[in-house]
Amino acid sequence: MSEKHQLENGLTVLLQESRRAPVTTFWIWYRVGSRNEVPGVTGIAHWAEHMLFKGSEAFPKGQIDKQIARNGGAMNGLTWMDFTTFFETLPADRIDLGLRIESDRMVNALFDPEEVARERTVIISERQGAENQPPFLLGEEVVAAAFRVHPYHHQTIGDMCDLEVISRQQLWDHYQAFYGPNNAIAVAVGDFEAPRMLDRIRTLFGPLAARSTPPPVYRPEPPQRGERRVNLEGPGTTSYFQAAYHVPPAAEDDFFAVTVLTSILSGPSGMNLFSSSPPNRTSRLYQALVESELAVSVSGAYPPTLDPYLYRLSATVRGGRTAAEIEAALDAEIERIRREPVSATELETAVKQTKAQFAYSSESVTNQGFWLGYSAIVADTSWFETFLDRLEALTVEDVQRVANAYLSHSNRTLGHYLAQGRGAEVAASGQEESR
Amino acid sequence: MSGSYPSPETIGRSELANGITVLGYQTHGSPSVVVSGYLWAGALGEPPDRAGLAYFTAGMLTHGTETRSFGQINEALESVGAQLGIRGGTHNVSFGGKALAEDLDLLLDVLADCLQQPTFPLGEVQKLRGQILTDLERRAHDTRRMAHLTFDALLYPDHPYGRSVKGYEETVSGLQRQDLVDHYRAHYAPRGMVLAVVGAVPVAEAQEKVEAALGPWRALEATPIRDIPPAVDLPEPRRQVVDVEGKTQADVVLGWPGLKRADPDFVPAYLANTVLGTFGMMGRLGDRVRDEQGLAYYVYSRLEAGLGAGPWSAMAGVNPADVEQAIDGILDEVRRLRDEPVPAGELADSQSYLTGSLPLRLETNEGIAGTLLEIERYRLGLDYLQRYAGLIEAVTVPEVQEVARKYLDPDVYCLAVAGPEV
Repeated sequence: MSEKHQLENGLTVLLQESRRAPVTTFWIWYRVGSRNEVPGVTGIAHWAEHMLFKGSEAFPKGQIDKQIARNGGAMNGLTWMDFTTFFETLPADRIDLGLRIESDRMVNALFDPEEVARERTVIISERQGAENQPPFLLGEEVVAAAFRVHPYHHQTIGDMCDLEVISRQQLWDHYQAFYGPNNAIAVAVGDFEAPRMLDRIRTLFGPLAARSTPPPVYRPEPPQRGERRVNLEGPGTTSYFQAAYHVPPAAEDDFFAVTVLTSILSGPSGMNLFSSSPPNRTSRLYQALVESELAVSVSGAYPPTLDPYLYRLSATVRGGRTAAEIEAALDAEIERIRREPVSATELETAVKQTKAQFAYSSESVTNQGFWLGYSAIVADTSWFETFLDRLEALTVEDVQRVANAYLSHSNRTLGHYLAQGRGAEVAASGQEESR
Repeated sequence: MSGSYPSPETIGRSELANGITVLGYQTHGSPSVVVSGYLWAGALGEPPDRAGLAYFTAGMLTHGTETRSFGQINEALESVGAQLGIRGGTHNVSFGGKALAEDLDLLLDVLADCLQQPTFPLGEVQKLRGQILTDLERRAHDTRRMAHLTFDALLYPDHPYGRSVKGYEETVSGLQRQDLVDHYRAHYAPRGMVLAVVGAVPVAEAQEKVEAALGPWRALEATPIRDIPPAVDLPEPRRQVVDVEGKTQADVVLGWPGLKRADPDFVPAYLANTVLGTFGMMGRLGDRVRDEQGLAYYVYSRLEAGLGAGPWSAMAGVNPADVEQAIDGILDEVRRLRDEPVPAGELADSQSYLTGSLPLRLETNEGIAGTLLEIERYRLGLDYLQRYAGLIEAVTVPEVQEVARKYLDPDVYCLAVAGPEV
């Protein structure tokens, strides 16, 4: 169990001791992400995250990664829709370096104009790498069609036109507006004594002045009143299918029933930041789409979010089949799960799978730190700590109710990526063998 | 600190009568267990027109056995949140699974079932073939994968390291069920297999359970494939560009023949590679090509030193217009590493990184299992983790320079680029 504190300047502190290994992780979570962006500055939250690695006086450019490496640690930064976060994982006796880095760059990052210019090409390169992947292109269009009003509409990497023109001043203003102790959560998990860790956090972060409260984001997406579709064409010989349904955010009661629903449909979510998803071959959609040889794979994601987001499904079309066939098979499965309650066994299995994922995740303090911080951003830590209890309290009626509430055609956006490249007319794969 | 690493006192190692080596290590604090290992039925023996045979065969093992259908295997594992994968590689077929500790018997039972009595159901063969072929289509349009594929073929012509383990559209289309069955019968055996169990299970108990599940396996007619392919030379520079339409980024792989893990040059080369392309944010390459020039989202180097001499290479993802500049940046750093001794402080940094990061690498069950398998595979000794820091710290500045000069020639290198036509 974690303990929670708050400093006078508003910094929330979450601490969890763990003696499993002589390793400690330290995270700082800022309540700012792509949801705070408006057209013209899409991608700014992610770019600002990059700039925090580009130097302060205490840690000139390049020093952070070198000092972490020299001390045997790992570190990174992540930006997504609801947060920007930074972490260091180090041998337990070296963790102070992480605290010093974060307390320094919370307020002292330089945003040097030459570094801003250099980073522009790196970020554009990152976007171009993503554009090389048709599923990214399709996903970008599907999400944009699903959200007309809410800033979840655009990708965290940002639109290319904004990446080309965002200025150092705008980045600096973003930093001043959102990076302050009152808009942040510090998390430490590992081999330390909580009172001493709290003291040290107080010493380093306590003197930092709170900034003004950042402007709230109030752009609730109006209910979607009818099915939406996007069609993409592009190079390659592999086609793709995606579907997205509007679903509740993390802090709503229905979140847990929908988590079980999506587990049954497309498999459990993994809880390990650094590994691939758990297998989903017993899920209903794997059976309906992959076993039937319409798709070569199918995956689903229902991430916990601050505002209502999407349950997203993706399938890779098997050579010789079409996205339309996959859509028809999906429709049949959605219809079935709305009409008939899932079995008690399916419900139990979904819960057991999540329990196993929690156990695997607990082997790594970095994962634990991630989940504590993430839950504090989208809900609160009790959300994470009572997660399994909330799942265990569900009934098959709960799951059927949410299937009917959220999995309707009028609540969804569909996307087809049609490959138009050379050799796009693929002959039926394999050769027939005599039996 | 090193006293608490797995050691000869805490690592269990035993050999079963049928030739399987079992490694065990107990951890605390999470009720989970990992099983992983390998056996000798990889792609080395494949003729070029059957590329993909070992990979396809290994993939079929979890698609049905004498006692369980594909559906039943998945049901057995997924209903308890467990997972198991079996994958064909160049030298080996490797397997990895995890479960809650209470389900270790089940995990071992399913593994033993898949290894010993797969049935290769025809319908499943068709299905998996289609999945592999679709993946090969995707590969043809993936600049990163095409850069690596092209590089390997260019550096290792007519050599197992130059062939795709997954195969090619022409070769995989031609593989029939009987080919897979024949490959399985010819090469899958317990002799030389290594299996590690790491997690919330006492070592003795883990060893007993492995013996119960896999001890009876014989397969005496099968011959594990253990040859090591020869090293190659690079007598002249080689360069190949692959056009992949419709892409906005190009991927580059540039490299040389490397060395074996067992080579006395390995530890100095490992340090040299760390300085060049790993330390911090991708080493000197990252500093130059990403940070200074702003050219690449990723750039790093990799030393693939295994049972055979894999490549030593650098790779980057860049805007197509910047490919030549990125290559020049990489080669300049290679020249610097050869021509100027690494400052002592910089070498010390890389040494601290490698020794200091050991606790992080050993934090999870999977990390420990991987380390135990590496120790066994390369005969490093059960006290390897206690000796590790000493080995790393013993490397000197002249040794790093010497090994860079020996292996990294800035004028004669192998280069593959995949991206849109510029």
